[in-house]
Amino acid sequence: MAGQSRILNWMKFIALIIVMILFVFPFVLLIVNSFKANQAITSDPLGLPSSFQFDNYVNAFDKMGYVSAFSNSLLITIAGVLLIALFAAMTAHYFVRHKSKLNQYLFFLMVAAMIIPFQAIMIPLVKIYGSLSLLDNKWSLIYMYIGFGSPLAVFIYHGFIKSIPLELEEVALMDGCGRVQTFFRIVLPVLLPTTVTISVLNVLWIWNDFLLPSLVLTSSEQRTLPLSTFYFYGTYTVDYGPLMAGLVLTLLPVLIVYLFAQKYIIQGVMQGAIK
Amino acid sequence: MLTEKGLWTRLRTRLIFTGPTLFAFATVMIIPFLYGIYLTFTNWDGIAIDQNFVGWDNYIGVFKDTVFWKSFGMTLEYVFITVVLTNAVAFLLAYAVTRGMKAQGWFRAGFFLPNLVGGIVLGFIWQFIFNQVLVFAGQKMNLTLFSTSWLADPDKAFWALVVVTVWQYAGYMMVIYIAGLMNVPKDVMEAASIDGASNRKMLARIVLPLMVPSFIVCIFLSLQRGFMVYDLNVSLTSGGPFKSTEMVSMHVYEQAFLARDYGLGQAEAFVLFILVAAITLLQVYFSKKLEVEA
Repeated sequence: MAGQSRILNWMKFIALIIVMILFVFPFVLLIVNSFKANQAITSDPLGLPSSFQFDNYVNAFDKMGYVSAFSNSLLITIAGVLLIALFAAMTAHYFVRHKSKLNQYLFFLMVAAMIIPFQAIMIPLVKIYGSLSLLDNKWSLIYMYIGFGSPLAVFIYHGFIKSIPLELEEVALMDGCGRVQTFFRIVLPVLLPTTVTISVLNVLWIWNDFLLPSLVLTSSEQRTLPLSTFYFYGTYTVDYGPLMAGLVLTLLPVLIVYLFAQKYIIQGVMQGAIK
Repeated sequence: MLTEKGLWTRLRTRLIFTGPTLFAFATVMIIPFLYGIYLTFTNWDGIAIDQNFVGWDNYIGVFKDTVFWKSFGMTLEYVFITVVLTNAVAFLLAYAVTRGMKAQGWFRAGFFLPNLVGGIVLGFIWQFIFNQVLVFAGQKMNLTLFSTSWLADPDKAFWALVVVTVWQYAGYMMVIYIAGLMNVPKDVMEAASIDGASNRKMLARIVLPLMVPSFIVCIFLSLQRGFMVYDLNVSLTSGGPFKSTEMVSMHVYEQAFLARDYGLGQAEAFVLFILVAAITLLQVYFSKKLEVEA
């Protein structure tokens, strides 16, 4: 019996490894091919590179406008994530601690709005912000992320703040802290685990988002990384080498962050779904 | 309950705490949403300053747009297949990596990997795999299934989208199922195993019923993502060959921004919203009825 179940366990383990290879192989293939010359890619896409073509990377780095796309993405993601978390935490805190009819309606409206798909809003959004000349501006995009991202963030914070005892805040208020001071000194630090969850979800969304930036950012120097990848691929379809290198360059920042923050990322997704 | 004295102080606190969020939420979601409903009754072409009120014409147009309904039907099919497959694969993976096996963390990290990357990049990677790698392997090993590119054949291109979608989202849903599995109370499981329940019986009678909340969340998420699929559609097949894989979200985009018929495009987007909202709310309503207490 014992021997049999050990064999069974090994078989399960090997099955898992095969599935794992299916999940990771596309990325490995991409990385391997990014070092090959175009001809070697098309004649044998499964082979290892015979000589390393770093030219592909130089080429892609240049043509994609990598530095500008990367810094645009970084600014938009960091500003978007921080502002969503800060504003949503304050709003959720206010909603929980001031239980009026108005606040209940406002909270309900935000939660209900979560089922509106972006596609139902994108056309009027472009029309309104276009007529106000607010398109093609990174800060407009960040502002829009705050609008689209706050319902979920308020919802998650709301669930968490309900479980925090009120006494903590009351003591601070009695000691002469103002509302705002109490929030920043007492409440915000307690919210840290929830803030991590919300930040993970928002980073994954904003960093990789394509449709909204493609509608808002029209000039090439404003482009984010997914946008510049898209245009680079669209105008470069014959030469696979630089294309592969370009895709790797887009992946690289994410892979590096994942390597270090893997635990937080998976935990963040987990926490975000339970609430 | 925290209350302050004085109308002005109360108002100021309210503005500081809820002002920025509510202002952004209203101006980015609510006003465009309402204005969008108004736009469905107009014939704006994207250039003219004014638009004319055309009554129900756009909605009649939606019903006459056979391409819209064709792509809506295909999207339904795509959503149904991907929701079933994604959740089945995700649950099996979650079940496999919560059994105390060696290197569980590595497996989890690997299965989750595709979710770190946007649909655009994933679509391009798989375009390369379908067009080059699989064709190469198919010709080498005489596999007719792969000897021509899936993306050149309307039916197979649809399945290519399904494959990539399941590959992408299974890891995300797996993480949610793992959380659900870990919340199944240990003492209930122990009691059942002392009573002599087999693994299979425990799964069917205890684990699955207690996992209903996770299933609700995952099916809800995969439904929403399936209906709204856009990035992957654009980068993997760009709706081709011959518009055969143009999902409804892409159709709406093309109708509005490329065909410059914003009124009709918005009306289609709005019809899509009503249908999707109805489907997801029904799903949540019926699956809530299945929930049991631990």
